[in-house]
Amino acid sequence: MLGEGILKGMTQTARNFLGSYHDPKRMTTVEFPEDKIPAMENARNFPFLVFDGTDPVQGLRCVACQICEKECPPKCIFIEKDTTKKPDYIGKLQFQPKTFDIDVSVCMSCQICVEVCPFDAIKMDTRFELSTDDRFGQLLLKKRDLAKPNEYYHQVHPTEATEVDERLAAEKAKADAKAKAAAAAPKPAAAPAKTPAEKV
Amino acid sequence: MDTLIHIFSGIVTLLWRVVTDQPDQKAELLQALPQAISPLVNVILSISPILMIFPGLFALTTWLERKGLGRIQNRLGPNRTGPFGLFQPVADGLKMLTKEDIIPRNADQVIHFLAPITLVIPTFLGFAVLPMGRHLVPLNMDAGLLFFFAMGASTELSIFMAGWGSRNKYSLVGAMRAISQMISYEIPLIISSVTVVMLTGSLSLVNIVAHQSGWLGGIIPRWNVLTPWGFAGFVLFLIASLAEANRSPFDIPEAESELIAGHLTEYSGFKYALFFLAEYLGLFAMAGLSTTLFLGGWNAPFEFLDFVPSYIWFFSKLVGLVLLFIWIRGTVPRLRVDQLLNFAWKFMLPMALINLVVAAIWHYTSVWVFPASLILRWLFCAALILIPYFALGKFISNAGHFAPRTYRYAE
Repeated sequence: MLGEGILKGMTQTARNFLGSYHDPKRMTTVEFPEDKIPAMENARNFPFLVFDGTDPVQGLRCVACQICEKECPPKCIFIEKDTTKKPDYIGKLQFQPKTFDIDVSVCMSCQICVEVCPFDAIKMDTRFELSTDDRFGQLLLKKRDLAKPNEYYHQVHPTEATEVDERLAAEKAKADAKAKAAAAAPKPAAAPAKTPAEKV
Repeated sequence: MDTLIHIFSGIVTLLWRVVTDQPDQKAELLQALPQAISPLVNVILSISPILMIFPGLFALTTWLERKGLGRIQNRLGPNRTGPFGLFQPVADGLKMLTKEDIIPRNADQVIHFLAPITLVIPTFLGFAVLPMGRHLVPLNMDAGLLFFFAMGASTELSIFMAGWGSRNKYSLVGAMRAISQMISYEIPLIISSVTVVMLTGSLSLVNIVAHQSGWLGGIIPRWNVLTPWGFAGFVLFLIASLAEANRSPFDIPEAESELIAGHLTEYSGFKYALFFLAEYLGLFAMAGLSTTLFLGGWNAPFEFLDFVPSYIWFFSKLVGLVLLFIWIRGTVPRLRVDQLLNFAWKFMLPMALINLVVAAIWHYTSVWVFPASLILRWLFCAALILIPYFALGKFISNAGHFAPRTYRYAE
């Protein structure tokens, strides 16, 4: 019958309307500033830099390889290499960033920097209440503002952080074992000099 | 000083008489005034209630609509500004007023400026002939209904002015859609209201309401909606007035998902607010007219409720219809342009014409005076409407030869 579907729809919306007054389960709204729901684990808003230990400069995992800077689609990352090196989690000497800036107003939260980072040094934050009364200040976040401890990473993305920690620990154990084996074994003979014939 | 006190007490008495639903003493009050200003005072006394009440109702309706739509979608709706979010219209109005009024550089400046004004003025003029209470008639015209439709039709021009003057493709497409939609739906709108004119024998809205007063046995009101032709006419009129007022599901001139905002795209600030106001005023005018034509105007539904002031009945019916419109908006999705025009020409127009014939039959069978003649008339006329309704419904649903969609890969 013509118009039957409309009547069915109208009863459904009427049921929604009346139900919203007596059935709190229907309402999905959370009235934000007063009520908050905990941030979801795979939420993402803005990147931060992970550091191990207590010192945000010494413990920084970033090795200033600049892959994220090159991959960033809106080009919001700016990195300058430092001339001095520092040991990374394995103990190998690596470069470190002298400056590491991210422009909040340009970042589009795409997470590509996180995907490309081979050192698990940059991760996405879930904090979203970033509004201030200062319109132009604090838009360019510096290295010290971005650096957050590994414990914080565990707090916002527990599953992912545990997985990263396990992988890094395994790599370290492997590297340690290799170093131990290398120390125990006799020094290998120097490689034979290449013959002139081979050069051609 | 004496005359001032006299005029002041006269105005207070006038207000008291209007509120208590008595005939007012405007003529005596005007006589006490100097000859030069009395016509002006007369006009101001008639206009100011319309200018106050309907924009106030507009503010209330935007709040009601946002709350109602929210609840329909299991949301809360506005609840931050004032108790229950009641001051939301104030906040919206302040926002509109303080916004920058942008006129596109390539727009036709004069037409772009004039469009909102020429839209609001006829919309307000339409209220002049609506009888809002037993003694609350701003203007009792002999051809009141004709005047109302003339004012309603002139808004189409303003919408096209807005679309054309903006020099924007979305505006123009929206305006062209609006013109085709409004012209198509004007025909069933007018034909369905002609039935009432036929049965009443008058174009004056005051006479039309007076014709519907009284009760059968003190219980059943003699409203037009309770007759077969009246009910069909009421439904047709409601559908057509939804289309005339550009309301969902006929909001294709605006169609925010396709056309940004249709003819409103290039309007901002207070001009946009004027368009918005005119849209809602048009909605109230249509709701008021369908109340007048089919729902008995200011008449009480039962005889024992007749002591309630008549304007309360008029406005509660009007607000009830507006709530129905909000409910429909929360339920029905927007039509496509071809569906809209097919519906107007292949369903609304034939049904309106059939309804015209049924109204004539109802009129000529009123001479039947045998037992149960009323019930027989009722059933006969209802059958004359329902059979074409089902037939047309069958025809429309088979018209497109649409097979159920088959999915080759996604099953």
